[in-house]
Amino acid sequence: MNKVAKMTAEITLQDAATFIWHEADILDRGDYDAWLDLWTGDGLYVIPINPDSDDYPNDLNIAYDDAGMRKMRVGRLAGGFAISAAPAAKTVRLNARFVLLEQAEGHALVRSAMHLTEDKFGRQRTFAANVEHRLVRTESGLKIRDKIVRLVNSDGVLTSISYLF
Amino acid sequence: MTLDTPATDRDWAALVDDDRVRTSMYKDPAIFDAEMEKIFGKTWVWVGHTSEVPDKGSFKTSWVGLQPVIISRDRKGVLHVLVNRCRHRSATVCEIAKGKTSSFQCPYHGWGYALDGSLRGVPYTEGYSADFDKSQMGLKKLKVDVYNGMIFASFDTDVEPLEDFLGNAKVWIDLFMKQGGGFPVKTAGEHQFKFPGNWKIQLENTTDAYHFPVVHKPFLQSLDAEGAEQFDFLEGDGYVEDLGNGHSVMVMMPELVDLEDDLDRDIPERFAALAETLRKDYDEDQVRRIVRAVGGTGFNLNLFPNAACSISFFRILRPVSVTETAIRHIALAMDGGPVAGNQMRLRMHEHFQGPMGFGSPDDAEVWERVQRGADGGPDLDIMVNRGDGLEKTSENGLPVGDVSAETGMRSAYQMWKRMMAQ
Repeated sequence: MNKVAKMTAEITLQDAATFIWHEADILDRGDYDAWLDLWTGDGLYVIPINPDSDDYPNDLNIAYDDAGMRKMRVGRLAGGFAISAAPAAKTVRLNARFVLLEQAEGHALVRSAMHLTEDKFGRQRTFAANVEHRLVRTESGLKIRDKIVRLVNSDGVLTSISYLF
Repeated sequence: MTLDTPATDRDWAALVDDDRVRTSMYKDPAIFDAEMEKIFGKTWVWVGHTSEVPDKGSFKTSWVGLQPVIISRDRKGVLHVLVNRCRHRSATVCEIAKGKTSSFQCPYHGWGYALDGSLRGVPYTEGYSADFDKSQMGLKKLKVDVYNGMIFASFDTDVEPLEDFLGNAKVWIDLFMKQGGGFPVKTAGEHQFKFPGNWKIQLENTTDAYHFPVVHKPFLQSLDAEGAEQFDFLEGDGYVEDLGNGHSVMVMMPELVDLEDDLDRDIPERFAALAETLRKDYDEDQVRRIVRAVGGTGFNLNLFPNAACSISFFRILRPVSVTETAIRHIALAMDGGPVAGNQMRLRMHEHFQGPMGFGSPDDAEVWERVQRGADGGPDLDIMVNRGDGLEKTSENGLPVGDVSAETGMRSAYQMWKRMMAQ
């Protein structure tokens, strides 16, 4: 396959699932530099509060990160100065129930279910979310352009979070 | 069999000294029960902002202590705060956080209540005898009053007037609301989170500048040099002033007390792009006023027992149990103001606040650590003596300490003592 063909090749459900599991493994290991490398750099990482809106710039969100803010967030989590992340809660997450919402040449929008359990101070907490990944093919493989994490209790009373979804 | 000592018979005042309080203040369920009765059941409690119930028929659910309430605006525009509990068999009559309606209907047997809480409809009324008086079975109502957009409610029909209760805090509320930048202030979404600890740990924190450079080092590291210098207020001329009735103000950045002062000052670099955008639609005076407003004030106003006007947002605490507290960080925006300015306010709020902000999770962590540590040394006290003996006296005749003094905590605990002794 030539380069152009590679870049425009279809992203299958299996490709997307494999990539999202790879990302989940990176996040559970807290390997945040590797996570930053998964992004194209021009998209957004958003954890909205309002379940009924996608007007993220004009809504208050839990996180609304461009590339610069993602880098700062990772710096905070990995820097050793944030008491809530030193140490952070340990996490185990599962992504499943993958659905291809859009598919075009070299692009895919995938929704999956995520369950995460965190452990700290001898207590466990769980989060459940619908996660949307907008994936694109690049010369260096699949990348995330945008990622929207819709926690099922996003507009409820949460607890402090010392890792990334 | 012996009966428990009634809550009212204990010597609560002995738990608080001028410069320290007993560790049981964070741990004893009996103290918590008494607080719900003698503080949250008596005084003015912040329940909402008028922009949350803007129109006739608007409602918003809230809390007074442990009790669920509904703020509603009736067809004449009058505000009501009603206990969210059917008078029949106690089911909640509203489980939607916010919206518009013409009535509240109990889902269990269909009792219908008007926006002012009066009981309107009872299905199959013939099953009640003639002495059943609907006029006595409306939703329980609280006393309501509003100061500069902030809605307060009290279970005590004889409570002092709200303006008297707020007292010296009123001018600070007025200063805080200047961050509308010439537009009305409105709420613009909120972060909600809880932590496993007593509510007074959060109450103390809003007037605690001492923790800032320690707990919030990662936040300071994420600012530009100018921003980091602004937040380096422990070295500055800030102060904490006891405002009476348990209220206090912590001024971190004295140059940002009155946002309309000295608007000719240089616009900070991080607001330069915003100013440039605003210049397309506003004259230079307005641009400077809006830019200043977007940055928020330089102080935290703590209002006993549950509210704070904190730099640029409302911080509202809700006791859940003796060892659990829920917190709302309510973002504010300029109603009808420039989109670019309001977006920047939202981004600044997200930066520090909320369950994943650069500040709040670290606050929540240390508050939890306070609660965990309080399991040790029950004979030891919680010290709030920083600045004690070094204070000056304000124009109001009340103590003023330097910015990191625990003057605000002492003020809150003296009010606690006064209310619990009643």
